[in-house]
Amino acid sequence: MQRRHFLQTGSALGAMGLVSGCATVGGGSGPKVVVIGGGYSGATAAKYLRMWSEHKIQVTLVEPNDAFISCPISNLVIGGSKTIADITTPYDNLTKRHGVTIVKDRVNSIDADKRIVKLAGGAELSYDRLIVSAGIDFMWETLPGMNKADAKDKVMHAWKAGAQTVTLRKQLEAMPDGGVFAMSIPLAPYRCPPGPYERACQVAEYFSKAKPKSKVLILDANDDVTSKGPLFKKAWAERYKGIVEYRGKHRVTDVDAATNTLKFEFNDDLKANVLNVIPNMRAGDIAVNAGLATANKRWCEVDFLTFESKAAKNVHVLGDSIQIAPGMPKSGHMANQHGKTCAAAVVALLMGKQVNPMPIYNNTCYSFVSSEDVVHVASVHKYDAEKKTMLTVPGSGGVSSAANELEGRYAHAWARNIWADTLA
Amino acid sequence: MKIQHALTAAALVALSGLAQAQVDPLHVRSWAASCAACHGTDGRAQPGMESLAGANKDDMVKKMLDFKAGRKPATIMHQLSKGYSDEQIVAIASYFAAQKK
Repeated sequence: MQRRHFLQTGSALGAMGLVSGCATVGGGSGPKVVVIGGGYSGATAAKYLRMWSEHKIQVTLVEPNDAFISCPISNLVIGGSKTIADITTPYDNLTKRHGVTIVKDRVNSIDADKRIVKLAGGAELSYDRLIVSAGIDFMWETLPGMNKADAKDKVMHAWKAGAQTVTLRKQLEAMPDGGVFAMSIPLAPYRCPPGPYERACQVAEYFSKAKPKSKVLILDANDDVTSKGPLFKKAWAERYKGIVEYRGKHRVTDVDAATNTLKFEFNDDLKANVLNVIPNMRAGDIAVNAGLATANKRWCEVDFLTFESKAAKNVHVLGDSIQIAPGMPKSGHMANQHGKTCAAAVVALLMGKQVNPMPIYNNTCYSFVSSEDVVHVASVHKYDAEKKTMLTVPGSGGVSSAANELEGRYAHAWARNIWADTLA
Repeated sequence: MKIQHALTAAALVALSGLAQAQVDPLHVRSWAASCAACHGTDGRAQPGMESLAGANKDDMVKKMLDFKAGRKPATIMHQLSKGYSDEQIVAIASYFAAQKK
């Protein structure tokens, strides 16, 4: 019975959101939280806010996409062992099961003084607390050639799972045997540290089966592989010998999309059949435009007890947008943890309870070195009251001793579980 | 081996009292939620991962302490368990034991 009641509340609020026009949305009683962005951190925060407030807090999630498409596992779509449908989850359970009001729209601006979010469709959402889960956007200004007409349609980043992921797969399928796939990696920090190296494995496995004369060239701006280095290097040397070549200290300064050419700071130009340029990243546009990116104008500094922005009151920032704590990766798993830590804190703040003074959470990241074998990196992060940041717990965490099929099965189980924990 | 088990059991009893006396249940809930990314919301897992909801508390604690001490082999839990104090492990296990399956 209770669930049916929430269902009705959810859809009623949803209807109000759609018909509100320029009016300020938000009826009913109880504190109001608006969540911008339905990725790993935002969707998790929205769900847990409803659960942990026993549905007393009204939660509106603003998300322009129809469904959630997971970045983790998306490299398997590029490798060909999964489809985009396999990594897509609808948002409807957030409404049906938890009473989250979903507004399908983009955010134009945030007025933190008036506590109002203005949407592209004209509606305004008022809030008691705002959660910004804006993900990342790219620093295209650091690659001038990518701003030319059609460049972005030709050279994929595929670093936000979706249409670009599918296009990159198609480009690889269309590439002749004997061709070169060149992928550039930006200087850390960037979203998903091991992601590019996993992608290299996925493309190499596809080439080894379908186009054995082809090459995967990794051009890394970093000095060396930034995550799971020995494990990836072992895979390239043993599984993909003669296919994968890794070059560190290769910093891309420009791209000529017309000729598929990469230009570097110190190295000769390089032409490839298929380019995959992963550009420098910063916090998502919404966060940057709202003045939340206080660290180097790139990342958003937060209080790690509440994830409240250091730049704006009542505004919380989660996930890949934040200025990370030492040893904290920008990962989907970590974003899910941010979502719950923030949800607990926001519930406490709005309900007059004590905020947890000692958050502890973990990160688990699986990388597929083939379509079946996997390596992981894991860590545990604990709040340090003196340093006011999250620190990894000494002696905890580590990586796989070797790639193995058992962890391949665990990786798929991890995906099923985190998608359900975030969205169901 | 038997002595070790007896010691572990005694330690568990002592730890249980300590954890329950000191930690705000809502904060324990937040700690436990960190496990949910792999083990499901409130420990109710999707296929392929072990559910923790409604499991026996002492069994969970023993397993975690065995992972932590290197007595029980694992792919990942031997590394994650080392990030938590024995008291935190008892508190989190108590939370999951109290969830409906």
